[in-house]
Amino acid sequence: MTTPKDTDRPLGKLPLDRRRFLHLGAAGVASLILPWSLAEQTLAAETVTTSGRLSIGFSQEPTVFNPLMPHIEVDDGIHWNLFDPLFFADPQGNLVPALAAEVPTVENGGISADGLSWHIKLRDDVRWHDGQPFTAEDVAFTFRLTVDPDFRSARHAGFDLIDEIEVISPTELRWTMSESYAPFLSILATTFIVPSHLLASQPNEAPFNNAPVGTGAFKWKDRVAGDHILLEANEAYFGTGPGLEEVVFRYIPDITVLYTQFRTGDIDVIGMQGIMPDHYEEAKGLNDKAVVLVPSASVESIAFNMERPQFQDPAVRQALYLALDKATILDALYYGLPEETESYMPHQSPYYNHELPPHQFDLEAAKQLLDDAGWLPGSDGVREKAGVRLSFTNSTTAGNQVREQMQQFVQQTWLALGVDMQISNRPPAVMWGDYWMQSQFDSVVVGLNFLTGSDPDVSNYFRSDAIPAQNGGGQNTFQYQNSEIDRLLGEGASEPDPAKRQPIYHQIQAKIRADLPLLPLFQYAYIRGYKDGLQGFEGNINTRISTWNVNQWRWS
Amino acid sequence: MGRYLIGRLGQSIIVLFLVSLIGFMILNLAPGGPLSQFALTPGMSQADIQRIAAQMGLDRPLIIQYFDWLGRLLVGDWGDSFRDGRPVLEIIIEHLWATLLLMGTSMAVSIVIGIGVGIAGAVRRYSVFDYLATVGAMVALSIPTFWFGLVAIYLFALQLDWLPAGSMTTIGDGSVVDYLRHLILPTLVLSLVNVAIWSRYMRASTLEVLDQDFVRTARAKGLSRYRVLVHHIVRNALLPMITLAGLQLPTILGGALVAETVFTWPGMGRLFLDSIGYSDYPVVMGILMLSAIFVLLGNLLADLLVAITDPRVRLA
Repeated sequence: MTTPKDTDRPLGKLPLDRRRFLHLGAAGVASLILPWSLAEQTLAAETVTTSGRLSIGFSQEPTVFNPLMPHIEVDDGIHWNLFDPLFFADPQGNLVPALAAEVPTVENGGISADGLSWHIKLRDDVRWHDGQPFTAEDVAFTFRLTVDPDFRSARHAGFDLIDEIEVISPTELRWTMSESYAPFLSILATTFIVPSHLLASQPNEAPFNNAPVGTGAFKWKDRVAGDHILLEANEAYFGTGPGLEEVVFRYIPDITVLYTQFRTGDIDVIGMQGIMPDHYEEAKGLNDKAVVLVPSASVESIAFNMERPQFQDPAVRQALYLALDKATILDALYYGLPEETESYMPHQSPYYNHELPPHQFDLEAAKQLLDDAGWLPGSDGVREKAGVRLSFTNSTTAGNQVREQMQQFVQQTWLALGVDMQISNRPPAVMWGDYWMQSQFDSVVVGLNFLTGSDPDVSNYFRSDAIPAQNGGGQNTFQYQNSEIDRLLGEGASEPDPAKRQPIYHQIQAKIRADLPLLPLFQYAYIRGYKDGLQGFEGNINTRISTWNVNQWRWS
Repeated sequence: MGRYLIGRLGQSIIVLFLVSLIGFMILNLAPGGPLSQFALTPGMSQADIQRIAAQMGLDRPLIIQYFDWLGRLLVGDWGDSFRDGRPVLEIIIEHLWATLLLMGTSMAVSIVIGIGVGIAGAVRRYSVFDYLATVGAMVALSIPTFWFGLVAIYLFALQLDWLPAGSMTTIGDGSVVDYLRHLILPTLVLSLVNVAIWSRYMRASTLEVLDQDFVRTARAKGLSRYRVLVHHIVRNALLPMITLAGLQLPTILGGALVAETVFTWPGMGRLFLDSIGYSDYPVVMGILMLSAIFVLLGNLLADLLVAITDPRVRLA
């Protein structure tokens, strides 16, 4: 079964050495001091010759073409080419204007100091693929449609805080929000604007949903279900490019076949799920192919169900982390490719806390910690305290071989600590259904992208009112509850000034690192490849897919 | 004959009803569901997922969902896919065409070669050819399609660069020659197994006829070997093959999952697997119902054909 989630993903080290890494951190800070340094520059339409065809292979099939409806990562790969958001986050996390003339900030008056009033100016030179002019009405329509109770909208967050929208002119609109919600900026950066003239009636069944019309660099041409999607250049595109006449997205369900077709040249670019880590060395040696590591915002961790009695003592979680041989796991099982992490926050984020204490593998210290906390070995060697045995299950997607090997390795190390971990894996549909959402697990191995776009807000995962098993509406399946974190998350989400938000999120990361509701392992990176001569391919952790900027790709 | 047909039709309707009821229940009782794929989507909360489930009517009692679906089906509405929202029948017909092309070609090739090999092997029993055919069939049946497909791609696409590695056409080409080029490798891989199957059946069936009295009589009358073979032996040996073909009809439509995956052929097998993977209930149920119809139809057709071709069989 194909899952859009977190199954066998290729892993890789971030393409950063230490110096570049620090440099990037500095750049991140700089962008905070000058919040959106790129805000002033708009996407000037460069003159680009449009020529050639490109084919991209995906191991999942894009099937949802209305970007506001529930969809998975691979669908994003099509949306980015057909549609535009008001503005988007570049690989460094800076917001760059697309349909908007500039990114709204408190400084330029786009957002009021209290974060409640927003004012957006739009470009006046944009047309839909069918020739209709793009106006502020389309933006207002998109916002309203998102929270229309009859429309099958993927998400409401942020849009449900909008009180009223006022279209001032075809290129200007204003709205007020019922409370200040800073993440809305980054939600807008992943919200594609749809045409009001094609979706006004019956948006769930509109022909648009299978023949989308956008403003993007490419126009919809054809789809053969189960096989491919064909897009053609939008010569009237307002931004950079397109540099390619046609782009074909091929659906190749098997990972081995996907790689084979990349080798034979049947596809020019190998997209998700890309090249497997065990093929990385071989792939790098291929003639006329470039193989790159593309970082992702997803973080792999061992997460606990905090309501289980075994995990309520912080000493247990700290001891388990101390007894986790991360270096060996990364080197032996992941080919040394991924980069260790101490946080749920991706390293590339300007909000990443570089001061977090580094992990150490120290079995003796772990034993000492448990001894001191009163967890003493019972007759069978498993530690216990007040009738609670340090025995629990660990679950993940069955069939993910690398993870299963990791589980076995962790199981052995922790057994030496006097902890009995049993492996209980489930097929994807079972694993990530109620078992995960309703916190029926003891502990899991999971890869999660905790962020929404480029915003550092993680309320959905760590707030105490976001626990589905306790009737919360979020994703806090760890059942993690910390009033201090709740307070900080509230503060961070309502603060519109990035410079003031940074220390708040540093604190949150430090507290999570100390509390350890999850043991952070590493940040994902994917192995991607393309035919030599292709220019413009660039990873972006703020998007879910590597085909976010095909408008800038071209053959040299 | 008329009464027989009406009886069969009545039976078929009961079978179809049971298939749909059991299929629908099992599908819905399986853990997960169409919205579980969004569980780890950043920005989508549990509240969003519950809201969408209610909009899609997935929060209603199962039995009501079933009769809702059945009611629509009876008036010809097969429903819309949960994935791309298109009508189920439209999606199935698209994939059916791809599958018919591939399976039809490979089945035609297999039947012709398989029957030829089977007859030759039976007529010259225990000859070198017969032994080679027997061993060859065993080997062919034992080779995993997935492995053989990848080897074929490695050889003919990667090393020799004679044939495309997969898919049905070159996008933008679509000429007959282009289709044929893309058909060669998957047909080769699929036919390997099917030739083996057909040749074994045909050999056994021919051997059975060879020793019968009427063959001896025909020979004794002094008919030529060729005439005896074609008019007496093969004609009778082919009769069981009609039943076999009838039973194979649904497999043609079901597609070949492995070959379709290896050669990225957009056929029914992959549609079925993907639809199950994403819990796309309307499409899965659509394929299930169509398959059931084809199984019943294939059996009926085989029985009728046998009755028509074999005067000894009378339907009552």
